Amino acid sequence: MNMQQAIKMTAAETALVDAYTAEIGDLPGDGAVLSLRDTLVHELRTAGLPTRRVESWHYTDLRTLLRAVPAADPSAFADRVDAVVPGSSVLPVRSGQADLKSLPNGVTARSYTESLIDGSAVAGLAVLGSDDAIGRINGGLVRGGLEIEIAEGAQLEAPLEIQVVQSHGQAHTRFPVSFGAGSKATVIERHLSTHAEPSFVSSVSDVTLAEGADVIWIIVQQQGAADTHLGQIRFNLGKDAKLHLFVINAGGKLVRQEIHGKASGEGADLTLRGINLLGGDSHTDVTFTLSHDVPHTTSSEIIRNVVFDRAKGVFQGKILVAKDAQKTDAKMACNTLLLSDDADLSAKPELEIFADDVQCGHGATVADIDHTQLFYMLARGIPEKKARGMLVNAFVAEIVEELEDDEELVEALEGIISAWLEKHA
Amino acid sequence: MLEIKNLHARIAEDGTEIIRGLNLTVKAGEVAAIMGPNGSGKSTLSYVLSGREDYEVTEGDILYNGESILELDASERAAKGIFLAFQYPVEIPGVATMQFLKVAMNEQRKYRGEDELTTPEFMRRVKEAAAELKIAPEMLRRPLNVGFSGGEKKRAEILQMALLEPKLCVLDETDSGLDIDALKVVADGVNALRSPDRAVVVITHYQRLLDYIVPDTVHVLYKGQVIKSGDKTLAHELEAKGYADLIEAAA
Ligand SMILES: Nc1ncnc2c1ncn2[C@@H]1O[C@H](COP(=O)(O)OP(=O)(O)OP(=O)(O)O)[C@@H](O)[C@H]1O
Ligand SMILES: [Mg+2]
Repeated sequence: MNMQQAIKMTAAETALVDAYTAEIGDLPGDGAVLSLRDTLVHELRTAGLPTRRVESWHYTDLRTLLRAVPAADPSAFADRVDAVVPGSSVLPVRSGQADLKSLPNGVTARSYTESLIDGSAVAGLAVLGSDDAIGRINGGLVRGGLEIEIAEGAQLEAPLEIQVVQSHGQAHTRFPVSFGAGSKATVIERHLSTHAEPSFVSSVSDVTLAEGADVIWIIVQQQGAADTHLGQIRFNLGKDAKLHLFVINAGGKLVRQEIHGKASGEGADLTLRGINLLGGDSHTDVTFTLSHDVPHTTSSEIIRNVVFDRAKGVFQGKILVAKDAQKTDAKMACNTLLLSDDADLSAKPELEIFADDVQCGHGATVADIDHTQLFYMLARGIPEKKARGMLVNAFVAEIVEELEDDEELVEALEGIISAWLEKHA
Repeated sequence: MLEIKNLHARIAEDGTEIIRGLNLTVKAGEVAAIMGPNGSGKSTLSYVLSGREDYEVTEGDILYNGESILELDASERAAKGIFLAFQYPVEIPGVATMQFLKVAMNEQRKYRGEDELTTPEFMRRVKEAAAELKIAPEMLRRPLNVGFSGGEKKRAEILQMALLEPKLCVLDETDSGLDIDALKVVADGVNALRSPDRAVVVITHYQRLLDYIVPDTVHVLYKGQVIKSGDKTLAHELEAKGYADLIEAAA
């Protein structure tokens, strides 16, 4: 008898392993990729999905929360939808398969499936650590995505929208994207489902910014009320690179969006802004780690959560400052509006600082609507429901307005927020 | 227009009674001044009038145009024409001043069954009223009251009042924090609204404002009651002698 006790697999674990087994022989990849997939799925089978005992999954016990995984349906097909920002170049990825159409000047792309087949994808498929469940599931099952390169010095005028649309079933996608030195671009990574049937989506973006690149990257998650979304973005910031990363969660039943970054060139700067609009019985987790690896790097993080109904939100943020990373300047804040007695939010901001000459801080607040502000609005004749809506909107709109240089973008994001609030508030 | 009868009100949270059997009548066209020492309940009265839920009315009634308003919430009272200029106007980051004005004006119109204002008409009205009150257009581009100086906030209150055209205006220490010129501008703004079908209640500590907005009646509030009423000469007396004699007489 085997001394190592095998876990009894949950329905979801079984479904994931079955999805792999069913597709063996059909999953793209060269020898190295296929053998790595095998290892990843084996790990999933033996270790299972993470539970609350795994530190980074403490508030999102995936093993318990993920009750079922819908079977992959090769015939699933979703139509593309209008871009978030009118005039964007849309790269549709339907049911996990990229559709390469016209690309703007300065952008080259190929299907990620090809990188799997020729084996160039293998290094990127490695998991980030033993607790990287998203990397593991995605690495085992990924079939498509896009590998995108923004040329050195390219200045993209319109946003690039990577539109990952899904109707039901499963999709596992990857997006390695590199921004050349001195390039400037706005990328919208959009996830949405077009049908009410449940879908299970995993997606990993792997983003590299070369010297002086200036990038706005916006993740817009608009999955349906029955969907599971496991997202991860990894990024590496070179010298003087600037990334404004904006995450909007406005959908999904079970959502985890991980953000793992490194500031590895002097002068690198990250601005992270997150808006989590949570309602119903959803569970949404944003987990962020950033390591400041070299001197003179800066970062600022603001997460705003609006939690209605019985929704639960989680924000974990960890900033690591390496021993040599003197003069690091990092500020992290997580502010929450809890709008019902059953709503809940767990925030865990952490700083791990090994350098001595740094400026770092973090804070978390949880509040209800400000009664004085509400009364002031009522006293001007604004009905309570409308006044509450305006105050909730104001709470998140503040950080959208920071993107003031791009009016169309601000308008588009405000549109997504107010549409969500109108439906839920 | 306004009849307050034996009003008792307490803080909802802890039950402390602040308004203790207050009677006050203000007729249409009248300007009534309310004075009284700090903590006597003037602001509380203004909040209870406008329907703030932090206070509970336990006894008595407030009649507005002959009808009790106790069952109406604050937004309904406002839409019916009751306006409170706050002693401490509230900052609302993230809500643009112009958006706020437009929503307030149109929601009140909707409540009264009137058409919403078109954007050009709205802009015209705001521009005109802002110019009268010497309010710089830059101020209107900021979030509501955010970063406004004390005096700017008070002027913004009067701008809102001018735009909303209420029937009963309650001004809670609108003069505090205003320089001499601003006081004049604000008083002119209030006087411009005086009309036979409108009443104004001015809460103030100082005769100075009442030199510009001359009251028809003056009422002294103490411990949640009106302890003395008179005409404008009462304010002059108070300015000269303070409240001590009155309080003694009432005790
Ligand atoms: N929400 C509240 N919570 C606690 N105490 C309150 C509250 N509202 C009013 N009070 C108390 O009630 C009393 C009356 O307050 P109010 O603000 O009405 O006085 P006022 O006459 O306007 O004074 P001032 O001239 O200083 O503006 C004060 O003692 C005040 O502390
Ligand atoms: Mg007061």
